[in-house]
Amino acid sequence: MTVEEHTPIGARSDGASADFETPFIMAPAVPKPGKSRLRLASDSILPPVVFGVFIIAVWYGISYVVLDADRRFLLRPPHDVWQKGFADWENFHELLNGLQSSAKVAFIGLGISIVLGTSLAILMSQAKSIERALFPYMVTLQAIPVLAIVPLIGFWFGFGFKSRVVVAVIISLFPIIVNTLFGLQSADRGVHDLFTLHHASRLTRLRKLTLPNALPAIFAGFRISAGLSVIGAIVGDFFFGKGDVGVGQLLRRYANFLKSEQLLAAVIMSSLLGVAVFLAFGWLQEKVTGKWYEHGGGEV
Amino acid sequence: MTDSGVNVAPTVSFNSISMVFPDGTEALRDVSFSVDKGEFVTVVGPSGCGKSTLLKIASGLLHPSGGTVDIDREKLGYVFQDATLLQWRTVRQNVELLAELHSVDKDERARMSTDAIELVGLKGFEDHYPKSLSGGMKMRVSLARSLTLQPPVFLFDEPFGAVDEITREHLNEETLALFQREGFAGLFITHSISEAVFMSTRVLVMSARPGRIVAEYEVPFGYPRQPDLRFDPEFAKLSGQISASLRGAHS
Ligand SMILES: Nc1ncnc2c1ncn2[C@@H]1O[C@H](COP(=O)(O)OP(=O)(O)OP(=O)(O)O)[C@@H](O)[C@H]1O
Ligand SMILES: [Mg+2]
Repeated sequence: MTVEEHTPIGARSDGASADFETPFIMAPAVPKPGKSRLRLASDSILPPVVFGVFIIAVWYGISYVVLDADRRFLLRPPHDVWQKGFADWENFHELLNGLQSSAKVAFIGLGISIVLGTSLAILMSQAKSIERALFPYMVTLQAIPVLAIVPLIGFWFGFGFKSRVVVAVIISLFPIIVNTLFGLQSADRGVHDLFTLHHASRLTRLRKLTLPNALPAIFAGFRISAGLSVIGAIVGDFFFGKGDVGVGQLLRRYANFLKSEQLLAAVIMSSLLGVAVFLAFGWLQEKVTGKWYEHGGGEV
Repeated sequence: MTDSGVNVAPTVSFNSISMVFPDGTEALRDVSFSVDKGEFVTVVGPSGCGKSTLLKIASGLLHPSGGTVDIDREKLGYVFQDATLLQWRTVRQNVELLAELHSVDKDERARMSTDAIELVGLKGFEDHYPKSLSGGMKMRVSLARSLTLQPPVFLFDEPFGAVDEITREHLNEETLALFQREGFAGLFITHSISEAVFMSTRVLVMSARPGRIVAEYEVPFGYPRQPDLRFDPEFAKLSGQISASLRGAHS
């Protein structure tokens, strides 16, 4: 699982692969015949747009053809969702507020996971015995269904904001630990020998070798965890609703009142938040490692 | 290390080195020889006979099970079979790595790396990342990196095994030019007999495992050596002799 996560999914845009080629282009950049910038853009935008249209068509098909009028509440057609969920300012406003509350929980949770997960992984990378001591417990921790410990979290951290953050941390911590540890341990044996030959201290080795070497894997972990922290925030909000209203509470409310248009709108908004965070980390990763990292090959 | 000429003691010497790995593999048995300053000694031998092990012992990465090595490890040049570059560093930053590990100050480092990069013919590529270099260029960066410390002893573990023949011959000539210029003691490992003869002042043949030195050949050619030395009848004769004793070493 780690190896696949190490290579971020769908990270490369055409712009980035053009970047990769620049060092070889010595002559003034002549646009490649038949592949203009416009064409490249349309190549990457057209397929998802076409598929999006297809999804909406299927959605309409289910709402109007598969479902009878009296059962249409099961899946309202897209324009109803648009009108009641998004175009209605009052509802949209409520959604935005919920989203803001959940985003805050997700970011704080993710921040804690990043600091905690990276530190734990660095600690484990320093000695096999530490790794052996801690790792089984981390696996166990992440194998516990959140649902099972919801009451405990409530007792310990209350039924509001703090518990929501705890859920976000629990859900997003593991991929960061696993990916970071994998990255820290994947440095080339020969480079380690080189550092040994020149009497590098533990700290120097970490700073100049294992940590930079782990960056691509670390960011792959961040990206996965970023998405998970949004899910964690919403799940946490669903169970721990004290204080301001997040997306989880909204989902619960809409479900109780059978407001399926609003429900769908909330689902769409929360997945958009997840996508936005995922893309943001992808962008950051490209900024940090894009110049040097050779996708799909660790060999130097 | 700068007192060239007055150095009488050999720069590297192996005294009855033997190596048995914890799993019982006997890699080396009673290996003794030395390399003086201004010498370029090459060891050829069948795969798995313990050549890399020998260099690891020389560098201190491995401890022998018997015997001793006399060597100054303070500023050792060691070129591995792979370029072992740091992907996230540019050519210049890679070349500066060792000086950095030895806490050489910034200006001095910049000067060292500029010289080394120029020596290996990579001027103009200072700001490239390894991913945009060819295999041969990466090897040259690795070479330049070792050069920065001006090591009195240079260990090479099949450094050009992974590049094509033309590039290899180029790199051979460049390495020899460096050898002449820097005057280090070189200990070189290779599978290629012609590479061995072309580069060295002396060629040692190692037997199959457990590795022992079974033959020794002085190479009678002076430096600088021209590329067409490879077609000299004398060159062919010596290569033939080494090849014959290598075949003997295999059994
Ligand atoms: N750490 C180790 N533990 C056990 N055996 C080892 C270890 N390292 C090397 N060996 C064994 O020692 C022998 C010599 O290995 P070495 O790498 O020195 O060979 P080599 O002469 O460099 O071969 P090649 O030319 O293929 O690089 C081999 O049989 C190898 O399997
Ligand atoms: Mg070897």
